[in-house]
Parts: sequence; C-alpha cells; structure tokens
Amino acid sequence: MGASGAQRTPLRQAVQIGLIFGVVGVYLSLVGMVETFHGRAVIAGVISLGQALLLLTGLGAGFVVARRIPKDRPWHSVAYGALAGSLAGLVLFTLPLLGNFVHLRSMFVNASPTLFELLTFGRGLVRGGLLLLVVGAFLGMSSVLILRIPRRILRPVGVGVTTIFLVSLFQEQLEIMLAGPEAIEEIRRFLFDVRGLTIPGASFLLVVTAVGNALWTKYRESIRQRANQLPAAGQKSLRALLLVAGILLVLILPIVTGSFFAQVLVFVGLYTLMGFGLNVDLGFAGLFDLGFVAFFAIGAYTAALLTSQGPLGIAHISFWGAIPIVVLMSLLAGVMLGVPVLGIRGDYLAIATLGFGEIIRLLVLSDFLRPWLGGSQGILEIPKPMIFGFELATPQQIFYVTVIFCVVVAYIAWRLRDSRIGRAWIAIREDEDVAAAMGINLINAKLLAFGIGASFAGVAGAIFASMVGSVFPHSFNLFISINVLALLIVGGLGSLPGVVVGSLALIGLPELLREFSEFRLLVYGAALVAMMLLRPEGLWPEPVRRRELREFEPGVQPVAEEALAGTKGQVEVERL
Amino acid sequence: MIAIQRIWWQRLSFVNLFLWAFRIAVIVVVIWGTAGTLMAGKYQREHWIFFTVFGLAQGGIYALIALGYTMVYGILRMINFAHGEVFMSGAYTAYFAAAALYNSGYLNRHPLISFLILLSIAMSVSMGVAVLLERIAYRPLRYAPRLVPLITAIGASFFLQYTFRGLYGSGFKAYPEFDVLKGDWIIFGVPVLRTQVLVLVASVLMMVGLYTFVMRTKIGTAMRAVSEDMDAAALMGVNVDRVIAITFAVGGAMAGAAGVLYAMVFKQVHFFMGFVPGIKAFTSAVLGGIGNIPGAMLGGMFLGLIESIGPALILDGLGIVAPYQLKDVIAFTMLVMVLIFRPSGILGERLAVKKA
Repeated sequence: MGASGAQRTPLRQAVQIGLIFGVVGVYLSLVGMVETFHGRAVIAGVISLGQALLLLTGLGAGFVVARRIPKDRPWHSVAYGALAGSLAGLVLFTLPLLGNFVHLRSMFVNASPTLFELLTFGRGLVRGGLLLLVVGAFLGMSSVLILRIPRRILRPVGVGVTTIFLVSLFQEQLEIMLAGPEAIEEIRRFLFDVRGLTIPGASFLLVVTAVGNALWTKYRESIRQRANQLPAAGQKSLRALLLVAGILLVLILPIVTGSFFAQVLVFVGLYTLMGFGLNVDLGFAGLFDLGFVAFFAIGAYTAALLTSQGPLGIAHISFWGAIPIVVLMSLLAGVMLGVPVLGIRGDYLAIATLGFGEIIRLLVLSDFLRPWLGGSQGILEIPKPMIFGFELATPQQIFYVTVIFCVVVAYIAWRLRDSRIGRAWIAIREDEDVAAAMGINLINAKLLAFGIGASFAGVAGAIFASMVGSVFPHSFNLFISINVLALLIVGGLGSLPGVVVGSLALIGLPELLREFSEFRLLVYGAALVAMMLLRPEGLWPEPVRRRELREFEPGVQPVAEEALAGTKGQVEVERL
Repeated sequence: MIAIQRIWWQRLSFVNLFLWAFRIAVIVVVIWGTAGTLMAGKYQREHWIFFTVFGLAQGGIYALIALGYTMVYGILRMINFAHGEVFMSGAYTAYFAAAALYNSGYLNRHPLISFLILLSIAMSVSMGVAVLLERIAYRPLRYAPRLVPLITAIGASFFLQYTFRGLYGSGFKAYPEFDVLKGDWIIFGVPVLRTQVLVLVASVLMMVGLYTFVMRTKIGTAMRAVSEDMDAAALMGVNVDRVIAITFAVGGAMAGAAGVLYAMVFKQVHFFMGFVPGIKAFTSAVLGGIGNIPGAMLGGMFLGLIESIGPALILDGLGIVAPYQLKDVIAFTMLVMVLIFRPSGILGERLAVKKA
C-alpha cells in the first residue's frame, strides 16, 4: 500500500481494509482452521480457539484502521473501524450464504454445516448474519478504542491475555508436567477443565501475569541499576550463578516434563547440531548449501553400517567407537562434494548442492544399492549408546548425550569463529575476490568449511540413527535441509545462540503443537514469509554485527529497528 | 609475484585434475552403458520412438513451467521457489471444473471446448496466485539481500502447498479422461499415445505464442528492457512494477497450462504435485541458460528426452537393476554437471560466476 496509500481517502482505505480482513476470515474458515480450533476451548464454556481466531480477525481490521487512518479527528477513526469490522463480517457472511444455495463442500472440504453454524452463531441465516455484522462492527470499533488506552495499562493486560492463550494452547504439555503429587494435582484441577482453562483459572492467570508485568516494568530499571552497581567480583559471581541456574534448568527440564518433551528436545538438539554445521558453511564462509541433509544421511548410514547387529552391519562396533569414523567419513564427504562446486557462487551453489542431496537420497533408496544399504527397507537393529555397560535408551538419556555433543560442537564452532581460519571464512563471505587478494587460500578455506560443517551434521546423523534404532532413506528428505536453513535465518545468520533460538522456535514449537499438525507447515510457511518481511536479521542476530550497526543508532526505537534491518541489508548485498 | 602465481597454478591444478577425472568418468560411463545397451539389443525401434515421444511430451511440460522460472530470474535475479506451487494451484483448481464437466457429460460431447475451458481456468488461477505472490511476498523485498527472497519463496511454497491441502483436501484426485484421447494414433507407422501428441502440440503452440508476445508486443519489449537494466528501463518511462507483475502473470499462466497438460498425462492431482516438476523445470531453465526464453524451451525438451531415454540407454547397459528408479538421479546429475562445467547453460550467458 506504501506510497500510494497516502493519497487514498480514509473511507476507501477503511473499505479496503475491511474487505481484506473479510477475505482473511474466509480463508481461515475454508482452510479448516476455524473449525478444527473450535474443538479446543481457550476458556471452557466461554470461548474456543476457533472463535478467538475469528475475533482476532475482526480486531485486526480495527487495529489496521487505527494505524493507517490519520488521527486528527478521533471519532471518525472509530466510525471507520466499525465500518471496516462490519465489512469484514459481511464478507465472512457470504460463506454461509453461498453454502446455503450451493454445495460448496464438493470443492472445499472444510465448508461443512458445522462451520456455517459456527459463523452464524447457530441462529439461522438471517439473524446470524445480522449478528455477524454487528459483532464485526463492534470488534472493529473496540479495537480502535482499545488502542487509545494508555500503554501503562494496555501492556500488562495484553501480556495477561497472551498468557491465557499460550497456556491454553500448550494445555496438554502443561498438564503432563503438572501430573504428580496431590498438591500439584490440585493446581492442575484449579487451572484446567477437560479442554481449556477454567474460568477461575483464567482470571487467576490474567491477574497474576498482568500484575507481574506491571511490577516488572516499574522496577526493572532499579534492579538493573543495582546489579550494575555491584563490584566486579559480585557481578562475575552473579553471572556465574545465572549460568549455573541455566545449566541446571536444561538438565532438570526433561526429567520434570516427561519423555515426550525430552524427545522433542532431542530433535531440537539434533537440528542445533546441524545448524552449527550449516552455520560454518553459510554463516561464516557464505557457502550456501541446500543439500545439507546429505551429510546427516551419510553420518546416519555410516553409524548404522558400523554398529548394526543386523545382516547389513559390517563392523558391529559400539556407538562411541563409531563416532570418530562417522566424523571422518562425513568430513571427507563434505570435502569431496565441495571440490566440484568450488567455483560456483550464490544461489547457484544452493541449487547444485540441492542436486547432490537429492542424488544421494535417490541412490540410497534405489534397488541398485540395496545389497549394501538396504534400499527402502533401510538398516535395522542399530544398538543404543552404552556407558559402562549401561544402555542409554530413554529419550531423557539420549537428550543428555545430545546436549553433550551440542556443547562440544558449540565450543568448537565458537573457537573456530575467532580463529585465523574463522576470520578467513568471514573475509570470503564478505568478498571472495578481495579475500583471495589478501592471501587467503580460497580452496583450502572453502573445503575446510564444507568438511567441518559436514562433520557436525554427521554427528547429528549418528545420534539420530542410534536413537531411532534404524535408518530409512525417507528420513533424509529435502525438508530437513530447508528446516536447517530456515532455523539459521530465523535465529540470525552467523550467530551461535541464534542457532539454538532458531531450532527451538522452528523445531521445538511445532513438535509441541502436534495436535494441530495439519496446519503446522501452513503456519511454518507463513511465519517464514512474515519473518523475512518484518525482521530479516533474525531473532538473535550476531552480536558483532549488532554492535557495529548500533553505533550509528541514537536510541532503541521501532524506527531504529527498521533502519537496522536496512543497514544490515546493505552489508549483506555485498555478501552473496 | 611469480612464485605466488605458481602456487596458485599448482593448487588450481589439483581441483582441475579432479574435475577432469570427473568429466572423463562420466563420459566413460555414458559410452560404456550405451554400448552395453545397444549390443544387448533388448530394446526395439518402437521402444526408442516411444521413449522419444514420451520424453518430448514430458519435456514440453517442463519447458512451460521453466518459462516462469527463467523470466522471473531474468528480471529479478531471483529463484522463485514457489513456482511449482503456482503450477499445482492451477491444475488442482481445474480438476473441479473437469469433474463437473465430466459428470454432466459435456466433457466428452465437446472435448475441445472443455479442454479450452480447463486451460483458461487453470491459467487464470495460476496467474492470480503468481501475481498475489509477487505483490505480497516478493515486492517488498525487491532490494533485500539475495538470501531473503529465497527464504521467502521457500516459505511461500509451504504456505501455498498447505493452503491448497486445507482447501481441497489431502487425497489424490483422479482427473477424468477424455474419450477422444484414449488409445493411440498411428503416426509414420508407429503407435503414439494420443494424450502425448496433444500435450506436445499444445505446449509447442503455447511456447510459440509466448515467444511472439515477448518479441513482438510493446509489453514484451518492456519486459526485455527491464530484464536488461531495471533502472535504465525505469528512466525510459517503463512502469517497472507493472512489468514485473505482468511477468509473474505470464509465467503463472504458462505454469497453469502446464498443470492441465500434466494432469492429463498422469491422470491425477495432489497438493504436493508441484514439487518435483518444479525442481525439474528449474533444472531445465538452468540447462538452457537461465534468463533465456528459447533456452528454457530447449532445456525442457532436452531434460524430458534425457530422462526418458537415459535410464534405458545408459543405466540398463551398466547392468543396474530397475534403472527407472534412477531417472531423477540422471536429471539431477545433469543439473549439477551443467552448473559445474557450463553454468551458462546451452544458450545463456555466463551468470553463475559473475552476477550471482
């Protein structure tokens, strides 16, 4: 809408916004989200997730109106908000109206009578439709009005409402965590109904988080000042204390939360390992590898062949004995696949490596290599890791193995970044020709990056193989490469904590929300697009770069945030 | 100075040696396999003709999709990863029209009109999806670093796939068959599947139409100008935003047409059907020289042929079991080899090293 938006009259803008949000509502309904989410209550007996989704659409229309339309005449924008909201309701109403005359379901599988009933509040076409218009207008109007409330009050309430949503979304996981002694059971029963929160539970959460947030906003500064005024030794011990607390939290987490959560964390850990690997390639050296799953597969298959007790096993050695060989093999594979593509840059490199990844998957899958790699039947009977004759079989135990490898790999990656070769990689990333002119051996540096990155992914593959107990070619598809790439970008390219943050956000969250798995990749795709449009630098950008860019920024304001993205953009234009 | 140069030369030679060994190995494998197959005499003349026609029909579809990749790359220097989904959206939506026409019996009473109706529905849906995609996801990122639009395209690709899964359901849908196109026609004494003839003719007509559009019309000229130099074109009074939107629209329409043809050959549609043809079409675009319209057509045909003839001609002779499982390996190997040895493709300029 950008530049031309300024010339449009507020009326036209409000109409446009209303129509757009109406279409969004229709989309959410037809794609099946509204009905599926309707099965889950936010607060039992009061509001379901599906209804909340539609409410948010109406509120969103008003919100955009309040943002877009000039505020010089305050009551006009309230009217425009109501207009936009009711228009959105009108567009949404066309769905049950159309469904009444045409058999929509032969095309759109989700256009069910249940959905129509939900949209018309179960009150028939005429009364329900009118109600939809009124509710839409009310939502649009109230959204404009809500934004008038001073921030001091709005923010804690907003945090409270968000918490209620999150708690109800993760209800299943939280209930597992709260199962146990009678006292804790009591809390669980106070908070949760069979599906959704109880009314007292929800109000309790709202009050607690709102008050907590208000207090935190009020005293944040003084706490921070107090911490800064501590003597150097005190500050150091405070930091150490926080670190120990963090480590303890990570170690205790899977025990408290049960094996499902531990399993999810193992996946997060494996993706973190691969993320560290791709970070060496792409984040440090700027080598865009979209076939990264190949090294994961090579690691997994090497470990499987070496350790399997089945007919395809060749060495029958232990998991720990296989690890060095896995590292070596995947390192070699990285170098071997790196040599032919040395001269290719940018997205062409991405496509070439994507080709390699697919070739390896198809070869493993084929009947041609079946006598050695098992074809689509895979390799079975891979033993679990053992320590002193004790088998590490449960997800919690595998989680600790993964954490140990993650810590080691993170340490290696961190030391590499600040080493001579790390600086060489960064130089290559910024400008290959200049780096070569400065005396950096491009071939060695690039091959080393490919090899080291591949070896990290190989370790992840080995853990994966022994955790699952079998390997199949179907586990190694392009989606894994894309996931690893996406988590790097979402976390912040080149940043090591960013890798962890990215894999928690992109792997952990969707795994926890298995219940809505139908919409997992839909939301995933939308989130990737939104992320690139709104915050392309990632959730946890590289500290060096952030510092570099912040030097020129007067304050930390939303505007500065945008300028940051812009400046970073310029830096990165040079890069690829 | 001389010493440094020699070190460079020495180190380069190790990589060059490897690449030469790779080249020679590939050539030896190809000759060995071909000789083995031809000497075994397992396939007759009819087989080869069947493979050729099948490959050309398949290649025509790849070429139509590849046009979208190549035109967008030519202008924005960006790989539109979601183009496979644009292709799927048209084919999938047209399915419902096809089913309705079939059930009413109109499809077999007026096959030509029905075919045109299906084409126009698929083309307009794909066009709409492509234009929306450009407007919402790509336009705000036109000057962003190159990684950003690529990630956006990947995200958009997931989003579109699962949107259509949500809208139309997750099962395979069987495309109705035209009675006229069942069986085969005898051409030069050889039986050829009727569907494939139709696909081949239709895709060639489409490509000729597109080529004329790009070379002869005013908008086509504007497209070529923008692809040559966006800023200069803007200074010359070309509305760049509009031209880019039209490029996406035309590319989308071609993909939609390809979608209907693909559905007629394989007789089913699915929300995930765009992925593999998308990658193949991109390979064709690269093969022909990305950014180059005749190149994309040539590349598509070439890839289709290689894929259908290759497994029998090369792999069978090597004694590989079930060579058709490896036809995608041949396609991807072609892709990688073109990128390594001739990044400019068959007809294109040298892009992979310079501009990328």
